[in-house]
Amino acid sequence: MRKLLARELRLSLRHGTDSLAAILFFLVAGALFPLAIGPAPETLARIAPGIVWVCALLAALLPLDRLFGADAEDGSLDHLLLSGLPPAAIALGKAAAHWLTTGLPLLLAAIPMAIMLRLPDEALPALLLGLIPGTAFLSLIGTTGAALVLGARRGGVLLPLLVLPMAVPALIFGVAAADAAALGLAARPHLLLLSALCAAALPLCPLAAGAALRSAAE
Amino acid sequence: MSTSPAISPASGRSLHRFANPGRFLRLSARVLPFLAVPALLLTLGGLAWGLFVAPADYQQGDAMRIIYIHVPAAWLASGGYLGLAICALLSLVWRHPLADLAAVEIGPVGAAFTALCLATGSLWGKPMWGAWWVWDARLTSVLVLFFLYLGHIALVRAFDEPERGYRAGAILALVGVVNLPIIKFSVDWWNTLHQPSTLTVTGAPSMHVDMLWPLLTCILGFSLGFAAVVTARLRAAVMERRIRGLLLAQAQGI
Repeated sequence: MRKLLARELRLSLRHGTDSLAAILFFLVAGALFPLAIGPAPETLARIAPGIVWVCALLAALLPLDRLFGADAEDGSLDHLLLSGLPPAAIALGKAAAHWLTTGLPLLLAAIPMAIMLRLPDEALPALLLGLIPGTAFLSLIGTTGAALVLGARRGGVLLPLLVLPMAVPALIFGVAAADAAALGLAARPHLLLLSALCAAALPLCPLAAGAALRSAAE
Repeated sequence: MSTSPAISPASGRSLHRFANPGRFLRLSARVLPFLAVPALLLTLGGLAWGLFVAPADYQQGDAMRIIYIHVPAAWLASGGYLGLAICALLSLVWRHPLADLAAVEIGPVGAAFTALCLATGSLWGKPMWGAWWVWDARLTSVLVLFFLYLGHIALVRAFDEPERGYRAGAILALVGVVNLPIIKFSVDWWNTLHQPSTLTVTGAPSMHVDMLWPLLTCILGFSLGFAAVVTARLRAAVMERRIRGLLLAQAQGI
C-alpha cells in the first residue's frame, strides 16, 4: 500500500503538469469571477467562500478522469488487483494520492485566491480548515466516481454528473463555516459536521470504489 | 467470489425462483391487470375525491389540493429509490438477473415521479411562499435525489457490456442511499420553509379525516401505478432480451 502510494506520487511528480493544470484551472476560474461580477469589495467578500469552494470542487474533478484510466489502459491496474492488495486498499491509496497531488496544492492555492477575492481575514482560517476535510471528502467521492465510470463511453462527461451531487453536502457545510466566521459566529459546528462527513466517507468510499474496480477488471 | 455460509440454500432458492424469465413472464402477465386496473381506478377516484369533494384548507384554500398529487409523487420518488437500492443489493450480493433489469427499469420511472414531485412542489410554492423555488433542505435534497436518478440512468446505459453497467449502477444506487434519510429528516433537522410531514407511521396524522382518505387513496393508486409501469417495462425488457438472443442465434446460424 505504501509502495502504491509512493508509485502514484512518483508518477505525478514526473508528470507534474497534471496537478499543475488543476491548480491553474482553479486560479483562472477564480479570477473570472471578479471580472464577471465586478470588483466591488463588499460583493466579492460576500461570495468569496462560495467561489473558492466551487472552483476547488471543479478543479479537483479534472485529474479524476485519468486516475484509473491510464492504469487500466496499460494493464497496471490488473497487476495491482493481482498483487494481493484488497481492491479497497488500492482505491484508498489512489484517493490518498489524489488528495496529496490535488487537494493539498489546492489548499495552498486557496490562500492567495481568498485574499485576492477580498475574503475577510477572520474567515480565512475557517475556510482553510473546512477545505482540509472538504478536499479529502472530494478525493474519496471522486475516486469512487472514477472507479464507477472506468470503461464507460463518455466517462469524462458522466463523472461530474455522478460526483457533483454527492459533493453537495461538503460544499454546503464548507461555505457555511467560512460564512459564519466572516459574520463573527462560531464556525466549529459546521467544521465538525464536515469532518464527520469525511470520517464516514473514509471507510465507505474505498469499499464502493474497490467493488467497482473489481467489476471493471472482470 | 465466495458465497456467505450464513445464507441457507433454501432462501437462495426461493429468491431465485423468480429469476427464471419464463416464469416471471407468465406470472407477471397474470398479475399486471390486477395492478393496472385498480391503479387507474384508485388514482382517478382519489384525484376526483380530493379535487372536488374534499374540503379546502382553512388557510391555503384550494391551492392545497395539489397535495393529492405532490405527496404521492414524493413518496414514490423516495420509495422508488429504496426499491432501486434493494434491487442493487440483490444484484450485488446474489447476482439476481431480474434485479439487474428491474434496477434499470425503475430508474426512469422514479426519475419521472421525482420530476413530478419537484414540479408540483414549485407550483404549490409559488402561491404559498411567493417563489417557484427556495433553496431549503428538503427541496435541495430532493433535487440531489433527482440527479442521483439521472446519474444512475446515464451510468447503467454507458457501458458496452450491459453486465458492467449493472454492477456500476448497483454500486452507485447503494452509495446514494445515504440521501434518503437526509430527505426524510430534513424537515426535522433544519428549520425549513417546507412544512413537516403530514403523515407519520406512529403518530396521528395532522390533517382532517376528510382530506386524509382521498390522500391515502391517491397514494395507493399512484403506488400501484408505479408497480404496474415497472412490471410492464420489466416484461418489455425481458422480451427485448429474448428477441436479441433469437436474432443473434439466427445471425450465427447463417
